[in-house]
Amino acid sequence: MFAGLAIASAISMVYHKNPLYSAISLVGVFISLSCIYVTLAAPFIAAVQILIYAGAIMVLVVFVIMLLNLDDDKPLNRLRYLYALGGGLGVILLAQTLFIFYAVMKAPNTPADQTMTAGKTLSLGRAMYTEYLLPVEIVGVLLLMAIIGAVILARRLSQPQLELVVEHELELEHKADH
Amino acid sequence: MESVLKTAFPFVVITVAVLIAFQMVLMIVAYTVLAERKILGWIQGRIGPNRVGPWGVLQPFADLLKFIFKEDLVPDKSTKFVYFLAPMVALTCALMPMVVYPFGPRLTDPVGAIAPWLTWALGWIPWIGSSVVSGINSAAEWLQPQALNMPLTIAQIDVGVLFVLGITSVGVYGIALAGWSSNSKYSLMGGLRSSAQMISYELAMGASVIGVVMLSGTLDLNGIIQAQITSPFRWFIIPQFIGFFVFLISAFAETNRVPFDLPEAETELVAGFHTEYSALKFALFFMAEYVNMFTVSVMCTVLFLGGWYVPGLEPLARLVGLGEYVHSGTIAYALISHMAFIGKICAFLFFYIWVRGTLPRFRFDQLMNFGWKFLLPVALGNVILTIVVVFFLNR
Repeated sequence: MFAGLAIASAISMVYHKNPLYSAISLVGVFISLSCIYVTLAAPFIAAVQILIYAGAIMVLVVFVIMLLNLDDDKPLNRLRYLYALGGGLGVILLAQTLFIFYAVMKAPNTPADQTMTAGKTLSLGRAMYTEYLLPVEIVGVLLLMAIIGAVILARRLSQPQLELVVEHELELEHKADH
Repeated sequence: MESVLKTAFPFVVITVAVLIAFQMVLMIVAYTVLAERKILGWIQGRIGPNRVGPWGVLQPFADLLKFIFKEDLVPDKSTKFVYFLAPMVALTCALMPMVVYPFGPRLTDPVGAIAPWLTWALGWIPWIGSSVVSGINSAAEWLQPQALNMPLTIAQIDVGVLFVLGITSVGVYGIALAGWSSNSKYSLMGGLRSSAQMISYELAMGASVIGVVMLSGTLDLNGIIQAQITSPFRWFIIPQFIGFFVFLISAFAETNRVPFDLPEAETELVAGFHTEYSALKFALFFMAEYVNMFTVSVMCTVLFLGGWYVPGLEPLARLVGLGEYVHSGTIAYALISHMAFIGKICAFLFFYIWVRGTLPRFRFDQLMNFGWKFLLPVALGNVILTIVVVFFLNR
């Protein structure tokens, strides 16, 4: 049921021309995914998925869409051969999807053991600090790099630097005009 | 027939529990609105509403009727779907954490405590008395093994704290979408400011909770209360007072309340995210704000004030001589603990209203500075301090 909801939200996301409706459908996809994680006995991942994906990343995307006031998608009039190419790839994708359905039907359908400890927070935390310590540290450094990069990209330049940048841009425009 | 009843029973129990909890939350919220108006009035040297019922007690219902009958305006150029969706998202996300609240301690054998009284009382009915008694007896026989050690929580989720934090994160959408879909400059600015404030203080809130989680070793709300019972400090507010203050301040910012209510005050000065909403949709936003206040008060009591745990209750009962009726697991203990829980929540709600009547509001840049440059480092510092102390204590 949740898988169906996820698929419906995903189709809705691809269908809408208005980017905000697509973003809302993507939030629907994440929430359905979170419910699927719960049925697979991974409550921590489910909660963290809502907290981070639906709650932070998608809020960022929605902010961008709202602030930039992005317009609806306009259909392209030229390049008709792209339609044929898209159609062909779509048929291949459809064949793959049907194969997945076939494989799932053949697979044994046992519900996940809810008493399993592998998805629970305690065992996750333990594994994170013993077996998987190095990847955790690397991810931490990666996040730090991302934060520093974002702060540098968004910083306000001091006045002399600002003038240099503006001069440079005007030069480039000047050259492009000639 | 019996087997149908038996398989449907858990769903019936959950539905009834949700309805009861929902009713309780709505009543508390409605009377918080009234309490706010009266307490603000007293702080400001006047009486609040007192015409509708004795002491204004029926005022919330009068307000509800007013909201239902107001004219429902919809701005012409707004995005209709999102415009209708936003208040629903806000209220749903505000109410959802209700399923993980620990309303009271576990009841060992509630069926065994209630069934004898029930059969005695109903046995007096003239004609059908005996068949009712036998029905209750057979039902009790079937129910009893399942209801042993019954927790008073609707859903025992392993990651309760993360669930609540996640749902409040999703609640930001209600405000952001409302601000944007009203298609008005003031709504957009108010909505964006409010969402920026909420996501900034979410971080400090989450970081302040880490200390409590470390001391209790579990993310489960019931588990946190258990840890407070067995801890030498009783309530986690004592070892985690820094975390408590950080959480409280972030809670004020999360719910858009004074002194962080610039998005709302813009309603008085210019406009806010709910400026284009009228009648019932505005009522939904209004309720969502108070339910958010309730949610955060519950989290505060559960994490820092021991939830339903009253430290001296059992020894006191033994002293008075009622030790047999009031030990952990009995219904009387659960009732008293539940009322203590509600009392603590009401104390926090009173504190919210008190602060509203007392403090001026922050400017938006002061607000963001405070959140990022002061509160978040203090919360992280608290985490590090807790780590160090716990490490050396466990050696």
